[in-house]
Amino acid sequence: MHVDEKTVRRIASLARLKVTDAEAKSLEGELSGILDWVTMLDEVDTKGVEPMTSVEATSLRLREDKVTDGNIGADVTRNAPLKEDNFFVVPKVVE
Amino acid sequence: MSAASTKTDIAATQAALKSGKQTSIELTTQLLAEIDKRRDLNAFVQITREQALKQAAASDALLRAGKGRALEGVPISIKANMCAKGIETTAASRVLEGFVPTYTATVVQKIMDAGAVIVGSTNMDEFGMGSSTENSCYGPSKNPIGVALGKPDLSPGGSSGGGAAAVAANLCFASLATDTGGSIRQPASFCGVVGFKPSYGLCSRWGIMAYASSLDQAGVIGKTVRDTATVLDVMIGEDVKDSTSLKPVGTSLVAALDDQAKKKWRVGFPREFRDLVQTPILKSVWEAAEQRVKAMGGELVEVSLPHAKYALPAYYILALSEASSNLARYDGVRYGHRSATASDITDMYEKSRAEGFGRETKKRILLGTFALSAGYYDQYYEKARRIRTLLANDFRAAFKSVDVLVWPTTPTPPFAFNSHSADPLTMYLEDVFTVPVNLAGLPAVSIPILSSPEGLPMGLTVTGPHLGDQAVARVAHEIEREIG
Repeated sequence: MHVDEKTVRRIASLARLKVTDAEAKSLEGELSGILDWVTMLDEVDTKGVEPMTSVEATSLRLREDKVTDGNIGADVTRNAPLKEDNFFVVPKVVE
Repeated sequence: MSAASTKTDIAATQAALKSGKQTSIELTTQLLAEIDKRRDLNAFVQITREQALKQAAASDALLRAGKGRALEGVPISIKANMCAKGIETTAASRVLEGFVPTYTATVVQKIMDAGAVIVGSTNMDEFGMGSSTENSCYGPSKNPIGVALGKPDLSPGGSSGGGAAAVAANLCFASLATDTGGSIRQPASFCGVVGFKPSYGLCSRWGIMAYASSLDQAGVIGKTVRDTATVLDVMIGEDVKDSTSLKPVGTSLVAALDDQAKKKWRVGFPREFRDLVQTPILKSVWEAAEQRVKAMGGELVEVSLPHAKYALPAYYILALSEASSNLARYDGVRYGHRSATASDITDMYEKSRAEGFGRETKKRILLGTFALSAGYYDQYYEKARRIRTLLANDFRAAFKSVDVLVWPTTPTPPFAFNSHSADPLTMYLEDVFTVPVNLAGLPAVSIPILSSPEGLPMGLTVTGPHLGDQAVARVAHEIEREIG
Protein backbone atom coordinates (compact mmCIF):
# COMPACT_ATOMS: atom_id res chain seq x y z
CA MET A 1 0.00 0.00 0.00
CA HIS A 2 1.60 3.23 -1.11
CA VAL A 3 0.66 6.41 0.71
CA ASP A 4 1.41 9.53 -1.32
CA GLU A 5 2.11 12.97 0.08
CA LYS A 6 -1.45 14.09 -0.63
CA THR A 7 -2.82 11.21 1.46
CA VAL A 8 -0.39 12.03 4.28
CA ARG A 9 -1.77 15.58 4.27
CA ARG A 10 -5.37 14.34 4.25
CA ILE A 11 -4.77 12.00 7.23
CA ALA A 12 -2.87 14.74 9.06
CA SER A 13 -5.83 17.03 8.61
CA LEU A 14 -8.20 14.34 9.95
CA ALA A 15 -5.86 13.85 12.92
CA ARG A 16 -5.57 17.62 13.44
CA LEU A 17 -1.80 17.54 13.12
CA LYS A 18 0.10 20.24 11.26
CA VAL A 19 2.84 18.66 9.15
CA THR A 20 5.62 20.55 7.39
CA ASP A 21 6.53 19.80 3.77
CA ALA A 22 9.67 18.00 4.90
CA GLU A 23 7.71 15.89 7.41
CA ALA A 24 5.05 14.95 4.87
CA LYS A 25 7.76 13.83 2.48
CA SER A 26 9.59 11.64 5.01
CA LEU A 27 6.35 10.22 6.46
CA GLU A 28 5.24 9.18 2.99
CA GLY A 29 7.99 6.55 2.83
CA GLU A 30 7.70 5.43 6.43
CA LEU A 31 3.93 5.02 6.45
CA SER A 32 4.05 3.16 3.13
CA GLY A 33 6.70 0.80 4.51
CA ILE A 34 4.61 -0.08 7.53
CA LEU A 35 1.40 -0.49 5.51
CA ASP A 36 3.25 -2.76 3.07
CA TRP A 37 4.33 -4.90 5.98
CA VAL A 38 0.81 -5.25 7.42
CA THR A 39 -0.56 -6.49 4.09
CA MET A 40 0.60 -9.94 5.23
CA LEU A 41 -2.70 -10.00 7.17
CA ASP A 42 -4.43 -10.52 3.82
CA GLU A 43 -3.05 -14.09 3.80
CA VAL A 44 -5.44 -15.02 6.62
CA ASP A 45 -8.96 -16.13 5.75
CA THR A 46 -11.16 -14.33 8.27
CA LYS A 47 -14.50 -15.07 6.66
CA GLY A 48 -17.09 -15.72 9.37
CA VAL A 49 -14.70 -14.79 12.19
CA GLU A 50 -16.16 -12.40 14.76
CA PRO A 51 -14.01 -9.32 15.39
CA MET A 52 -12.60 -9.20 18.92
CA THR A 53 -13.36 -5.99 20.78
CA SER A 54 -12.42 -6.87 24.30
CA VAL A 55 -10.58 -9.57 26.20
CA GLU A 56 -13.64 -10.11 28.35
CA ALA A 57 -16.66 -11.52 26.57
CA THR A 58 -19.03 -9.88 29.03
CA SER A 59 -20.63 -6.55 28.22
CA LEU A 60 -19.60 -3.47 30.16
CA ARG A 61 -21.43 -3.14 33.44
CA LEU A 62 -23.53 -0.08 34.15
CA ARG A 63 -23.42 1.88 37.36
CA GLU A 64 -26.36 3.44 39.10
CA ASP A 65 -27.20 6.82 37.58
CA LYS A 66 -26.46 9.09 40.51
CA VAL A 67 -24.23 12.02 41.30
CA THR A 68 -20.95 10.87 42.83
CA ASP A 69 -19.10 14.16 42.95
CA GLY A 70 -19.41 17.76 41.77
CA ASN A 71 -18.53 21.34 42.53
CA ILE A 72 -14.96 20.75 41.41
CA GLY A 73 -14.89 23.29 38.58
CA ALA A 74 -11.63 24.74 39.83
CA ASP A 75 -10.02 21.26 39.79
CA VAL A 76 -11.37 20.45 36.33
CA THR A 77 -9.99 23.65 34.82
CA ARG A 78 -6.80 23.80 36.92
CA ASN A 79 -4.54 22.64 34.09
CA ALA A 80 -6.20 24.62 31.28
CA PRO A 81 -3.77 26.73 29.24
CA LEU A 82 -6.36 29.53 29.21
CA LYS A 83 -9.40 29.85 31.47
CA GLU A 84 -11.81 32.36 32.94
CA ASP A 85 -13.93 31.69 36.04
CA ASN A 86 -13.74 27.88 35.62
CA PHE A 87 -14.48 28.09 31.89
CA PHE A 88 -12.10 26.90 29.18
CA VAL A 89 -11.23 29.73 26.80
CA VAL A 90 -10.72 28.99 23.08
CA PRO A 91 -10.30 31.19 19.99
CA LYS A 92 -13.55 32.60 18.61
CA VAL A 93 -15.52 29.88 16.74
CA VAL A 94 -18.66 31.79 15.70
CA GLU A 95 -18.48 34.90 13.54
CA MET B 1 22.37 2.13 63.36
CA SER B 2 23.83 0.42 60.30
CA ALA B 3 23.43 1.89 56.84
CA ALA B 4 20.15 0.92 55.27
CA SER B 5 20.41 -1.62 52.50
CA THR B 6 18.84 -0.66 49.22
CA LYS B 7 20.03 -3.86 47.58
CA THR B 8 17.78 -6.38 49.29
CA ASP B 9 14.37 -7.54 48.09
CA ILE B 10 11.03 -6.45 49.53
CA ALA B 11 10.66 -9.48 51.80
CA ALA B 12 14.01 -8.80 53.52
CA THR B 13 13.25 -5.08 53.72
CA GLN B 14 9.88 -5.71 55.32
CA ALA B 15 11.47 -8.03 57.88
CA ALA B 16 14.08 -5.37 58.78
CA LEU B 17 11.40 -2.66 59.01
CA LYS B 18 9.07 -4.78 61.11
CA SER B 19 11.78 -5.80 63.57
CA GLY B 20 12.89 -2.18 63.95
CA LYS B 21 16.42 -2.97 62.70
CA GLN B 22 15.84 -0.35 60.08
CA THR B 23 13.51 2.63 59.77
CA SER B 24 11.78 3.69 56.59
CA ILE B 25 13.27 7.17 57.01
CA GLU B 26 16.80 5.72 56.96
CA LEU B 27 16.00 3.54 54.00
CA THR B 28 14.26 6.31 52.06
CA THR B 29 17.02 8.82 52.80
CA GLN B 30 19.64 6.33 51.64
CA LEU B 31 17.66 5.56 48.50
CA LEU B 32 17.17 9.24 47.62
CA ALA B 33 20.94 9.70 47.95
CA GLU B 34 21.50 6.74 45.61
CA ILE B 35 19.01 8.22 43.13
CA ASP B 36 20.99 11.48 43.17
CA LYS B 37 24.24 9.56 42.61
CA ARG B 38 22.79 7.76 39.61
CA ARG B 39 21.46 10.77 37.69
CA ASP B 40 23.56 9.42 34.79
CA LEU B 41 20.92 6.73 34.25
CA ASN B 42 18.13 9.28 33.67
CA ALA B 43 15.80 6.71 35.23
CA PHE B 44 13.64 9.22 37.13
CA VAL B 45 11.77 12.16 35.66
CA GLN B 46 10.36 13.35 39.01
CA ILE B 47 11.85 12.79 42.45
CA THR B 48 9.28 13.31 45.19
CA ARG B 49 11.78 13.84 48.00
CA GLU B 50 9.72 15.77 50.53
CA GLN B 51 6.58 13.71 50.08
CA ALA B 52 8.60 10.49 50.32
CA LEU B 53 10.22 11.52 53.60
CA LYS B 54 6.82 12.50 55.01
CA GLN B 55 5.34 9.14 53.99
CA ALA B 56 8.35 7.34 55.46
CA ALA B 57 7.94 9.12 58.80
CA ALA B 58 4.26 8.21 58.89
CA SER B 59 5.15 4.59 58.07
CA ASP B 60 7.72 4.47 60.86
CA ALA B 61 5.09 5.62 63.35
CA LEU B 62 2.71 2.87 62.24
CA LEU B 63 5.48 0.26 62.26
CA ARG B 64 6.46 1.24 65.81
CA ALA B 65 2.82 0.86 66.83
CA GLY B 66 2.76 -2.58 65.20
CA LYS B 67 0.20 -1.37 62.66
CA GLY B 68 2.24 -1.75 59.48
CA ARG B 69 0.25 -2.37 56.30
CA ALA B 70 1.12 -4.63 53.31
CA LEU B 71 3.85 -2.38 51.85
CA GLU B 72 4.54 -0.21 54.91
CA GLY B 73 7.61 1.96 54.49
CA VAL B 74 8.80 0.28 51.26
CA PRO B 75 10.11 2.79 48.68
CA ILE B 76 8.50 2.26 45.26
CA SER B 77 8.49 4.31 42.04
CA ILE B 78 5.67 4.83 39.54
CA LYS B 79 5.74 5.23 35.76
CA ALA B 80 5.47 8.76 34.37
CA ASN B 81 2.05 7.99 32.82
CA MET B 82 0.37 7.36 36.20
CA CYS B 83 -1.42 10.35 37.67
CA ALA B 84 -0.44 11.30 41.19
CA LYS B 85 -2.10 14.30 42.78
CA GLY B 86 0.24 17.25 42.95
CA ILE B 87 3.08 15.58 40.99
CA GLU B 88 3.77 16.73 37.43
CA THR B 89 2.72 13.81 35.21
CA THR B 90 3.49 14.01 31.49
CA ALA B 91 3.80 10.44 30.08
CA ALA B 92 7.17 11.82 28.84
CA SER B 93 5.39 14.06 26.34
CA ARG B 94 5.98 17.74 25.73
CA VAL B 95 2.24 18.02 25.07
CA LEU B 96 1.66 17.55 28.82
CA GLU B 97 4.48 19.74 30.10
CA GLY B 98 3.35 21.30 33.37
CA PHE B 99 0.33 19.00 33.83
CA VAL B 100 -0.25 18.49 37.54
CA PRO B 101 -3.12 16.02 38.16
CA THR B 102 -5.75 16.87 40.75
CA TYR B 103 -6.37 13.17 41.36
CA THR B 104 -4.39 9.96 41.83
CA ALA B 105 -4.57 6.81 39.69
CA THR B 106 -6.31 3.91 41.45
CA VAL B 107 -3.25 1.62 41.37
CA VAL B 108 -1.05 4.37 42.81
CA GLN B 109 -3.61 5.17 45.51
CA LYS B 110 -3.81 1.48 46.41
CA ILE B 111 -0.07 1.11 47.02
CA MET B 112 -0.06 4.39 48.99
CA ASP B 113 -2.95 3.11 51.09
CA ALA B 114 -0.86 0.01 51.76
CA GLY B 115 1.95 2.17 53.12
CA ALA B 116 4.31 2.30 50.13
CA VAL B 117 6.64 5.31 49.97
CA ILE B 118 6.54 6.90 46.51
CA VAL B 119 10.04 8.12 45.65
CA GLY B 120 9.30 9.45 42.18
CA SER B 121 8.18 8.75 38.65
CA THR B 122 10.24 6.97 36.05
CA ASN B 123 11.14 7.64 32.43
CA MET B 124 9.37 6.05 29.47
CA ASP B 125 8.78 6.34 25.75
CA GLU B 126 6.20 9.06 25.07
CA PHE B 127 2.73 7.66 25.98
CA GLY B 128 4.29 4.17 26.02
CA MET B 129 5.09 4.30 22.31
CA GLY B 130 8.46 2.68 21.92
CA SER B 131 10.78 -0.11 22.99
CA SER B 132 13.89 1.85 24.03
CA THR B 133 12.96 5.10 25.93
CA GLU B 134 14.47 7.00 23.00
CA ASN B 135 11.03 8.56 22.39
CA SER B 136 10.95 10.34 25.77
CA CYS B 137 10.87 14.14 25.88
CA TYR B 138 13.39 13.81 28.73
CA GLY B 139 15.88 11.87 26.62
CA PRO B 140 16.60 8.13 26.94
CA SER B 141 17.39 6.26 30.15
CA LYS B 142 20.55 4.19 30.29
CA ASN B 143 20.85 0.48 30.91
CA PRO B 144 22.58 0.03 34.30
CA ILE B 145 24.06 -3.33 33.26
CA GLY B 146 25.44 -1.72 30.11
CA VAL B 147 26.90 1.16 32.13
CA ALA B 148 28.58 -1.31 34.50
CA LEU B 149 30.11 -3.11 31.51
CA GLY B 150 31.42 0.14 30.02
CA LYS B 151 28.67 0.23 27.38
CA PRO B 152 26.61 3.32 28.25
CA ASP B 153 24.91 3.42 24.84
CA LEU B 154 22.75 0.34 25.52
CA SER B 155 19.00 0.86 25.85
CA PRO B 156 17.19 -0.26 29.02
CA GLY B 157 14.28 -1.22 26.75
CA GLY B 158 10.88 0.40 26.77
CA SER B 159 8.52 1.77 27.19
CA SER B 160 9.02 1.33 30.97
CA GLY B 161 12.81 1.62 30.59
CA GLY B 162 13.22 4.11 33.44
CA GLY B 163 11.41 1.84 35.89
CA ALA B 164 13.43 -1.23 34.89
CA ALA B 165 16.69 0.74 35.13
CA ALA B 166 15.68 2.09 38.56
CA VAL B 167 14.93 -1.39 39.91
CA ALA B 168 18.10 -2.90 38.40
CA ALA B 169 20.24 -0.13 39.92
CA ASN B 170 18.60 -0.56 43.36
CA LEU B 171 17.02 2.91 43.22
CA CYS B 172 13.65 1.55 44.36
CA PHE B 173 12.32 -1.83 45.48
CA ALA B 174 9.75 -2.04 42.70
CA SER B 175 8.31 0.14 39.98
CA LEU B 176 4.68 0.34 38.92
CA ALA B 177 4.59 0.14 35.13
CA THR B 178 2.23 -0.40 32.22
CA ASP B 179 2.34 -2.89 29.35
CA THR B 180 0.49 -2.42 26.06
CA GLY B 181 2.69 -4.59 23.85
CA GLY B 182 5.58 -5.60 26.09
CA SER B 183 6.43 -2.38 27.94
CA ILE B 184 6.91 -4.17 31.27
CA ARG B 185 8.47 -7.43 30.09
CA GLN B 186 10.96 -6.22 27.48
CA PRO B 187 12.67 -3.60 29.70
CA ALA B 188 12.69 -6.10 32.58
CA SER B 189 14.47 -8.54 30.26
CA PHE B 190 16.94 -5.86 29.09
CA CYS B 191 17.80 -4.82 32.65
CA GLY B 192 17.98 -8.31 34.17
CA VAL B 193 14.97 -7.92 36.48
CA VAL B 194 11.45 -9.37 36.75
CA GLY B 195 8.45 -7.85 34.95
CA PHE B 196 4.91 -9.03 35.70
CA LYS B 197 1.98 -8.01 33.50
CA PRO B 198 -1.20 -9.46 35.01
CA SER B 199 -4.30 -10.53 33.07
CA TYR B 200 -6.18 -7.74 31.33
CA GLY B 201 -8.78 -6.40 33.73
CA LEU B 202 -7.08 -7.26 37.03
CA CYS B 203 -5.62 -3.78 37.61
CA SER B 204 -7.64 -0.62 37.22
CA ARG B 205 -6.55 1.63 34.36
CA TRP B 206 -8.21 4.68 35.92
CA GLY B 207 -5.83 7.63 36.17
CA ILE B 208 -3.30 6.08 33.81
CA MET B 209 -2.78 7.94 30.54
CA ALA B 210 -4.29 5.75 27.84
CA TYR B 211 -2.35 4.46 24.84
CA ALA B 212 -4.50 1.56 23.55
CA SER B 213 -7.26 0.86 26.04
CA SER B 214 -8.10 -2.71 24.99
CA LEU B 215 -4.43 -3.68 25.48
CA ASP B 216 -3.10 -1.40 28.27
CA GLN B 217 -2.55 -3.09 31.60
CA ALA B 218 -0.72 -2.01 34.75
CA GLY B 219 1.80 -4.28 36.41
CA VAL B 220 5.09 -4.33 38.29
CA ILE B 221 8.81 -4.43 37.63
CA GLY B 222 10.72 -5.86 40.60
CA LYS B 223 13.78 -7.77 41.72
CA THR B 224 12.08 -11.15 42.21
CA VAL B 225 8.83 -12.87 41.24
CA ARG B 226 7.83 -12.73 44.91
CA ASP B 227 8.36 -8.96 45.04
CA THR B 228 6.22 -8.38 41.95
CA ALA B 229 3.54 -10.68 43.40
CA THR B 230 3.60 -8.82 46.72
CA VAL B 231 3.01 -5.46 45.03
CA LEU B 232 0.48 -6.83 42.53
CA ASP B 233 -1.61 -8.35 45.30
CA VAL B 234 -2.10 -4.78 46.54
CA MET B 235 -2.79 -3.29 43.08
CA ILE B 236 -5.28 -5.89 41.86
CA GLY B 237 -9.00 -5.28 42.35
CA GLU B 238 -12.23 -4.22 40.72
CA ASP B 239 -12.66 -0.46 40.35
CA VAL B 240 -15.99 1.24 39.67
CA LYS B 241 -14.04 3.88 37.76
CA ASP B 242 -12.77 1.34 35.17
CA SER B 243 -15.60 -0.59 33.54
CA THR B 244 -13.16 -3.21 32.19
CA SER B 245 -11.72 -4.00 35.62
CA LEU B 246 -12.59 -7.42 37.02
CA LYS B 247 -13.15 -9.08 40.36
CA PRO B 248 -10.06 -11.14 41.14
CA VAL B 249 -10.52 -14.90 41.22
CA GLY B 250 -8.65 -17.48 43.27
CA THR B 251 -5.97 -16.98 45.88
CA SER B 252 -3.58 -14.06 46.19
CA LEU B 253 -0.42 -14.33 44.09
CA VAL B 254 1.80 -14.59 47.17
CA ALA B 255 -0.37 -17.44 48.48
CA ALA B 256 0.11 -19.18 45.12
CA LEU B 257 3.90 -18.93 45.55
CA ASP B 258 3.67 -20.32 49.09
CA ASP B 259 1.46 -23.23 48.05
CA GLN B 260 3.44 -26.28 49.13
CA ALA B 261 1.43 -28.77 47.07
CA LYS B 262 3.68 -30.44 44.53
CA LYS B 263 2.41 -30.14 41.03
CA LYS B 264 3.75 -31.61 37.83
CA TRP B 265 3.43 -28.59 35.57
CA ARG B 266 2.70 -29.08 31.91
CA VAL B 267 4.81 -26.41 30.24
CA GLY B 268 4.15 -25.73 26.58
CA PHE B 269 6.41 -24.14 24.02
CA PRO B 270 4.86 -22.84 20.80
CA ARG B 271 6.36 -24.34 17.66
CA GLU B 272 5.96 -21.02 15.83
CA PHE B 273 8.23 -19.26 18.34
CA ARG B 274 10.71 -22.10 18.35
CA ASP B 275 11.01 -21.60 14.59
CA LEU B 276 12.17 -18.04 15.29
CA VAL B 277 14.97 -19.31 17.53
CA GLN B 278 17.82 -19.17 15.05
CA THR B 279 20.62 -17.26 16.78
CA PRO B 280 23.08 -18.77 19.29
CA ILE B 281 21.79 -16.57 22.11
CA LEU B 282 18.14 -17.53 21.51
CA LYS B 283 19.15 -21.18 21.31
CA SER B 284 20.84 -20.88 24.71
CA VAL B 285 17.72 -19.28 26.17
CA TRP B 286 15.63 -22.12 24.78
CA GLU B 287 17.97 -24.79 26.15
CA ALA B 288 18.17 -23.10 29.53
CA ALA B 289 14.37 -22.97 29.70
CA GLU B 290 14.10 -26.66 28.87
CA GLN B 291 16.65 -27.55 31.55
CA ARG B 292 14.91 -25.48 34.24
CA VAL B 293 11.51 -26.93 33.43
CA LYS B 294 12.92 -30.46 33.63
CA ALA B 295 14.76 -29.64 36.86
CA MET B 296 11.52 -28.51 38.51
CA GLY B 297 9.87 -31.74 37.43
CA GLY B 298 7.74 -30.18 34.71
CA GLU B 299 6.65 -31.83 31.51
CA LEU B 300 7.52 -30.11 28.23
CA VAL B 301 4.85 -30.14 25.55
CA GLU B 302 4.98 -28.70 22.06
CA VAL B 303 1.92 -26.68 21.10
CA SER B 304 0.94 -24.66 18.06
CA LEU B 305 -0.27 -21.07 17.73
CA PRO B 306 -0.95 -20.99 13.99
CA HIS B 307 -1.72 -17.26 13.91
CA ALA B 308 1.23 -16.13 16.03
CA LYS B 309 3.08 -14.77 13.00
CA TYR B 310 0.24 -12.33 12.34
CA ALA B 311 0.14 -11.00 15.90
CA LEU B 312 2.66 -8.23 15.34
CA PRO B 313 1.06 -6.49 12.33
CA ALA B 314 -2.42 -6.98 13.83
CA TYR B 315 -1.17 -5.51 17.10
CA TYR B 316 0.22 -2.41 15.42
CA ILE B 317 -3.01 -1.77 13.51
CA LEU B 318 -5.12 -2.10 16.67
CA ALA B 319 -2.80 -0.27 19.07
CA LEU B 320 -2.31 2.65 16.69
CA SER B 321 -6.01 2.87 15.85
CA GLU B 322 -6.88 3.06 19.53
CA ALA B 323 -4.05 5.53 20.11
CA SER B 324 -5.28 7.87 17.41
CA SER B 325 -8.60 8.01 19.22
CA ASN B 326 -7.19 8.19 22.77
CA LEU B 327 -4.72 10.94 21.95
CA ALA B 328 -7.40 13.13 20.34
CA ARG B 329 -7.93 14.58 23.83
CA TYR B 330 -4.63 16.50 23.66
CA ASP B 331 -6.02 19.51 21.85
CA GLY B 332 -4.66 22.45 23.80
CA VAL B 333 -8.03 23.25 25.40
CA ARG B 334 -8.38 21.47 28.74
CA TYR B 335 -4.76 20.75 29.62
CA GLY B 336 -1.32 20.59 28.16
CA HIS B 337 0.45 22.57 25.53
CA ARG B 338 -1.32 25.27 23.51
CA SER B 339 0.42 26.85 20.54
CA ALA B 340 1.16 30.52 20.99
CA THR B 341 0.83 31.33 17.29
CA ALA B 342 -2.60 29.92 16.41
CA SER B 343 -4.86 32.03 14.17
CA ASP B 344 -8.16 30.15 14.70
CA ILE B 345 -9.41 27.10 16.56
CA THR B 346 -8.47 24.49 13.92
CA ASP B 347 -5.05 26.07 13.61
CA MET B 348 -4.79 25.94 17.41
CA TYR B 349 -5.54 22.19 17.47
CA GLU B 350 -3.16 21.42 14.62
CA LYS B 351 -0.26 23.53 15.88
CA SER B 352 -0.64 22.59 19.56
CA ARG B 353 -0.54 18.90 18.65
CA ALA B 354 2.29 19.32 16.13
CA GLU B 355 4.40 21.22 18.66
CA GLY B 356 3.54 18.94 21.59
CA PHE B 357 3.86 15.39 20.23
CA GLY B 358 7.16 13.73 19.39
CA ARG B 359 7.82 12.30 15.96
CA GLU B 360 7.05 8.64 16.73
CA THR B 361 3.78 9.58 18.41
CA LYS B 362 2.75 11.66 15.39
CA LYS B 363 3.56 8.76 13.10
CA ARG B 364 1.48 6.38 15.19
CA ILE B 365 -1.47 8.79 15.34
CA LEU B 366 -1.34 9.18 11.55
CA LEU B 367 -1.21 5.42 10.96
CA GLY B 368 -4.09 4.84 13.36
CA THR B 369 -6.13 7.59 11.75
CA PHE B 370 -5.48 6.04 8.35
CA ALA B 371 -6.49 2.53 9.52
CA LEU B 372 -9.78 3.93 10.84
CA SER B 373 -10.53 6.22 7.89
CA ALA B 374 -13.37 5.74 5.42
CA GLY B 375 -12.51 3.17 2.77
CA TYR B 376 -9.75 1.51 4.83
CA TYR B 377 -11.54 0.60 8.07
CA ASP B 378 -12.55 -2.91 6.94
CA GLN B 379 -9.23 -3.65 5.27
CA TYR B 380 -7.13 -2.76 8.29
CA TYR B 381 -8.95 -2.27 11.60
CA GLU B 382 -11.70 -4.89 11.16
CA LYS B 383 -9.25 -7.36 9.65
CA ALA B 384 -6.91 -6.98 12.60
CA ARG B 385 -9.77 -7.45 15.08
CA ARG B 386 -10.74 -10.71 13.38
CA ILE B 387 -7.16 -11.94 13.51
CA ARG B 388 -7.13 -11.04 17.20
CA THR B 389 -10.04 -13.47 17.67
CA LEU B 390 -8.13 -16.22 15.84
CA LEU B 391 -5.03 -15.67 17.96
CA ALA B 392 -7.02 -15.66 21.22
CA ASN B 393 -8.61 -18.96 20.08
CA ASP B 394 -5.14 -20.40 19.35
CA PHE B 395 -4.11 -19.66 22.93
CA ARG B 396 -7.36 -21.10 24.32
CA ALA B 397 -6.74 -24.33 22.40
CA ALA B 398 -3.12 -24.50 23.59
CA PHE B 399 -4.11 -24.09 27.24
CA LYS B 400 -6.31 -27.16 26.97
CA SER B 401 -3.17 -29.29 26.95
CA VAL B 402 -0.74 -27.17 29.02
CA ASP B 403 -0.80 -25.07 32.20
CA VAL B 404 1.59 -22.38 31.00
CA LEU B 405 3.69 -21.49 27.96
CA VAL B 406 7.32 -20.35 27.85
CA TRP B 407 9.45 -18.61 25.22
CA PRO B 408 12.20 -15.95 25.10
CA THR B 409 11.09 -12.39 26.00
CA THR B 410 13.24 -10.59 23.42
CA PRO B 411 14.94 -11.54 20.14
CA THR B 412 18.29 -10.08 21.30
CA PRO B 413 20.09 -8.81 24.40
CA PRO B 414 19.82 -5.01 24.94
CA PHE B 415 20.44 -3.13 21.70
CA ALA B 416 22.25 0.20 21.33
CA PHE B 417 20.55 3.57 20.91
CA ASN B 418 19.97 4.60 17.29
CA SER B 419 20.43 1.02 16.11
CA HIS B 420 17.00 1.06 14.46
CA SER B 421 17.05 4.55 12.98
CA ALA B 422 17.93 3.43 9.43
CA ASP B 423 14.75 1.32 9.20
CA PRO B 424 12.21 2.25 11.92
CA LEU B 425 10.10 -0.84 11.12
CA THR B 426 12.86 -3.01 12.63
CA MET B 427 12.07 -1.44 16.02
CA TYR B 428 8.50 -2.78 15.76
CA LEU B 429 9.88 -6.26 15.09
CA GLU B 430 11.58 -6.21 18.50
CA ASP B 431 8.11 -6.78 20.01
CA VAL B 432 7.51 -10.11 18.24
CA PHE B 433 7.59 -12.16 21.47
CA THR B 434 5.63 -9.75 23.65
CA VAL B 435 2.53 -8.51 21.77
CA PRO B 436 0.64 -11.82 21.35
CA VAL B 437 0.05 -11.86 25.11
CA ASN B 438 -1.56 -8.41 25.06
CA LEU B 439 -3.84 -9.25 22.15
CA ALA B 440 -5.24 -12.20 24.09
CA GLY B 441 -5.21 -10.33 27.45
CA LEU B 442 -3.05 -13.00 29.12
CA PRO B 443 -0.90 -12.75 32.25
CA ALA B 444 2.86 -12.96 31.61
CA VAL B 445 6.06 -12.69 33.62
CA SER B 446 9.56 -12.14 32.29
CA ILE B 447 12.35 -13.49 34.50
CA PRO B 448 16.10 -13.26 33.88
CA ILE B 449 17.23 -16.64 32.53
CA LEU B 450 20.86 -16.12 31.49
CA SER B 451 23.56 -13.68 30.49
CA SER B 452 25.06 -13.47 27.02
CA PRO B 453 28.82 -14.11 26.65
CA GLU B 454 29.25 -10.31 26.95
CA GLY B 455 27.35 -10.34 30.25
CA LEU B 456 24.05 -8.95 28.95
CA PRO B 457 20.76 -10.28 30.31
CA MET B 458 18.13 -12.31 28.47
CA GLY B 459 14.66 -12.93 29.85
CA LEU B 460 12.25 -15.85 29.66
CA THR B 461 8.51 -15.28 29.39
CA VAL B 462 6.03 -17.45 31.28
CA THR B 463 2.43 -16.93 30.23
CA GLY B 464 -0.88 -18.56 31.09
CA PRO B 465 -4.59 -18.38 30.32
CA HIS B 466 -6.62 -15.26 31.10
CA LEU B 467 -6.98 -15.01 34.90
CA GLY B 468 -4.45 -17.82 35.32
CA ASP B 469 -2.05 -15.40 37.04
CA GLN B 470 -1.43 -17.71 40.00
CA ALA B 471 -0.06 -20.52 37.81
CA VAL B 472 2.12 -18.05 35.91
CA ALA B 473 3.52 -16.63 39.16
CA ARG B 474 4.13 -20.08 40.60
CA VAL B 475 5.94 -21.50 37.55
CA ALA B 476 8.01 -18.33 37.09
CA HIS B 477 8.94 -18.55 40.77
CA GLU B 478 9.97 -22.20 40.45
CA ILE B 479 12.08 -21.54 37.34
CA GLU B 480 13.65 -18.56 39.11
CA ARG B 481 14.51 -20.83 42.03
CA GLU B 482 16.14 -23.36 39.69
CA ILE B 483 18.35 -20.57 38.35
CA GLY B 484 19.26 -19.86 41.96
